[in-house]
Amino acid sequence: MNGTNHNGIRIGYYICHCGHNIAGVIDCGEVARRIGVLPGVVVSRDYKYMCSEPGQELLRQDIRAHDLNRIVVASCSPLLHEHTFRTAVEDAGLNPYHFQMVNIREHASWVHTDHAAATEKAVDLSRAAVMRVRHHRALTTTRVPINPAVLVVGGGIAGIHAALTLANAGKQVFLVEREPSIGGHMAKFDKTFPTLDCAACILTPKMSSVRAHKGITLWTYSEVAKVEGYVGNYTVTVRRRPRYVNEALCIGCQECISACVYREPKFPDEFNVGLGKRKPVYIPFPQAVPQVVVIDPDRCLELKTGRCKKTCVDACADRNAIDFTQKESLEQIQVGNIIVATGFRLFDAKRIPQYGYGMYPNVVTSLELERLVTSSGPTGGEIRLRDGSAPRSVGFILCVGSRDLKTNRWCSRTCCMHSMKLAQLVREHTGADVTVFYLDIRAPGKGCEEFYDRSLKEGIQFVRGRVAEVTDWALAPEEEGKLVIRVEDTLAGFVRRIPVDMIVLAVGMEPQSDAQSVRRLFNMSCGTEGWFLEKHPKLAPVSTFTDGVFIAGCCQGPKDIPDSIAQAGAAAAEAMALIDRGYIEQEPNTAHVLDDCCGCKSCIPLCPYTAISFDAGSQKAVINEALCKGCGTCAGSCPSGSITQNLFDDDEVFSEIEGLLHA
Amino acid sequence: MNYSYFPGCSLKGLGRAYEESLIPVMRHLGVEMTELPDWNCCGATAYMSVDERQASILAARNLAIAEKAGGQDLLTPCSACYLVLNKTKHYLRETPAMRAEVQQALSRAHLDYSGNTKVRHPLDVLVNDVGLDAIREKVVRPLTGLKVAPYYGCQLVRPYSTFDDAWNPTSMDRLMTTLGAEVVHYPLKTKCCGASLTGTVPEAGLRLTYILLLEAVRRKADVISTVCPLCQFNLDAYHGQIERRWGKVRVATVYFTQLMGLAFGMSPRELGLNRNFIPMAPLPPLHAQPSESSTP
Repeated sequence: MNGTNHNGIRIGYYICHCGHNIAGVIDCGEVARRIGVLPGVVVSRDYKYMCSEPGQELLRQDIRAHDLNRIVVASCSPLLHEHTFRTAVEDAGLNPYHFQMVNIREHASWVHTDHAAATEKAVDLSRAAVMRVRHHRALTTTRVPINPAVLVVGGGIAGIHAALTLANAGKQVFLVEREPSIGGHMAKFDKTFPTLDCAACILTPKMSSVRAHKGITLWTYSEVAKVEGYVGNYTVTVRRRPRYVNEALCIGCQECISACVYREPKFPDEFNVGLGKRKPVYIPFPQAVPQVVVIDPDRCLELKTGRCKKTCVDACADRNAIDFTQKESLEQIQVGNIIVATGFRLFDAKRIPQYGYGMYPNVVTSLELERLVTSSGPTGGEIRLRDGSAPRSVGFILCVGSRDLKTNRWCSRTCCMHSMKLAQLVREHTGADVTVFYLDIRAPGKGCEEFYDRSLKEGIQFVRGRVAEVTDWALAPEEEGKLVIRVEDTLAGFVRRIPVDMIVLAVGMEPQSDAQSVRRLFNMSCGTEGWFLEKHPKLAPVSTFTDGVFIAGCCQGPKDIPDSIAQAGAAAAEAMALIDRGYIEQEPNTAHVLDDCCGCKSCIPLCPYTAISFDAGSQKAVINEALCKGCGTCAGSCPSGSITQNLFDDDEVFSEIEGLLHA
Repeated sequence: MNYSYFPGCSLKGLGRAYEESLIPVMRHLGVEMTELPDWNCCGATAYMSVDERQASILAARNLAIAEKAGGQDLLTPCSACYLVLNKTKHYLRETPAMRAEVQQALSRAHLDYSGNTKVRHPLDVLVNDVGLDAIREKVVRPLTGLKVAPYYGCQLVRPYSTFDDAWNPTSMDRLMTTLGAEVVHYPLKTKCCGASLTGTVPEAGLRLTYILLLEAVRRKADVISTVCPLCQFNLDAYHGQIERRWGKVRVATVYFTQLMGLAFGMSPRELGLNRNFIPMAPLPPLHAQPSESSTP
């Protein structure tokens, strides 16, 4: 080792085997030998697991024993362990930024099959790091205080649970929901699997708590319009749609609804997925929160023509809650963290025309059947065909828009169990014969396999095979007037025709139609399917790549109620961890304006974080360190080279390139 | 509107009634069709199954001639031709090796094909280029009271469903309504007619034909309207065998262009309707209509 006489720079180099992950491809001993002879390198070692406690202790001992002042570790991604090693270096008395990490796992051993070439690449990457680290300067992090308020976007079960968890811990919460009431999809369910407990009985108390909680500001019929700032200090603009009813004055007596000039409900009712009817003035469902009516401007005679008798206003009398002059308003709030829980939408069954949805009236979706089963639904809980009679046979088709190369490839995870629950309820309510057509029954949750057993015992028939089509052409007398399911029964080994009265399509879950614009709003990422992307699928399942923005529930991927609630609780805890620490530690990789700045202002519009302003006194650009994210755009574009960035100074970057190119 | 026209073998032989009705109907609507010079076999579905390379070369020759002749859209009434020509275009686009072989073969005949010829079915052209409004204007003898089962068969919409839905196409439904006919709900509209199995494995093929006819009868259709010469032949020619096996399912099957011709006031004979084995009954009488003037 020829470590001395290099301006006092004494480098320690460590290459990690990561078990077989790296050492299975890269000859770590060879890399350590070749890096060990570079100028300035005092110690060069390979070790089985650098991130383990003995690995970190090795670092600390060497720093003390060999008086090291620069450290390079070649191992996995900095996302995973940069923090670990910086902390270890700091514990031994060095500045944590006198450290450089090299990723030879994701960038070399995992992606190459040629062992010799991968080893060569590891040497090149390591040499670059060793040459760069010589120029590292001691840096310190800065602390920025965090706003303790939290915004929760979406008032389904995930959003409700996250809001309540935070509010119960004493945090201030803003809950924003697009629909006139919170409750989401869960509010539409009759019972929940696998316990068959009443969905409303467990959901509505939580909804009322949201309304009653002093710590929660609830804005329904509202959407987030704009998000600015950074973790700990977000400024959020919320667009509040007019409901033409003053929320503070309306007491939910609903006398205006009975008094409406439309004597009978006439318009398709969104809550009952179009199966029921409502008036232009309505409350989405009896347990809606808030208990405030809403007026539909596309249906209301007064709002459309201005020539209505306004019997609703008379009925409201001196409460005076109805206000036809209401306009859309924008509200601005300050929060430190954001939890996105915007949910899912159901697959449109018309996209698979072979199943006859929209063509045959007695082909319904699972959510439509859910509304028919519910006692508060449009039929008062009676399962009826469109002609009013009770079905004597019902077929459930699973994986409609799931596990299908032509539509959506993913498993929607809940439809097997949801369909079995509905199948049991259909048996219980009507005594009809029920047949479930499935690809595989997926019942991995707690109590779910037992629920499947129970379905079998209840006499529900299961036929394995992807249904080819639903049709109404009869080949045999027993098929006359029925819907016929044509399917290859892959257990029996032949094609079957099974006539039924009603068909239920277990439609899968999809990302919301506006998921892409919501993603941009909160600066999140989406997977290829459109679900919001978590920071790490195992280790950071509710974090996103934007600090202070968390995800919970089905916006991240299909899941059932218990999983949604678990994620909501986790997201609330992650937010609280930041809030209770009280400050955000900012990476010191920020940009700085040198005295050479000529004040051309070209950097100002380029900054994506609006961190640069112009100081009229000095006639120079000024960078707000709290806003700078270290993206490097300004440093790269400055025409006079007057902006530098910590950890990316010219000498650091050029030495790194030199190290890479050096053969 | 000018199109190249690729009749294929059927329209000159068993399916000549299709050509006999297509040409006057198109002319009546102001559509110019120029028959492709020196065309050859399309490559045909059977050949395609045996030797895709040779079949594609045959098909590509027709596409190349169409391009050389001015590059107008190639009107292809037979569903089998329509499928094979489209499939060849697909292969040439997606498979470089196949493209090289085909180009080599074409070059020996001093031909070249860039891949741009559009293969269009008359139903597509009539509904989307000519338009239902223009067609409605030409109707002088509305098909009022005639119950039509619209039958598309398989090859027109699958797998290249370029102008209509693969499972529930509706262009012919809308066309028939425009002619004044009543369209019956016909859930078998894209099911197999039995294809060449009616000749080779009749117990399988004829059963499919029988199911189609039976359903049309059950739906009380007066006539089945088809877009494909093979479908027309299968549904029309095997009634004797079908009756012996399963019983009588008497219903006539005609080309959609023949029904258009009738609505345009042409005579059954000039539309080739005399060629049917199972003749189409005369149109139901037009009742005295309430003083509704015809469309301007």
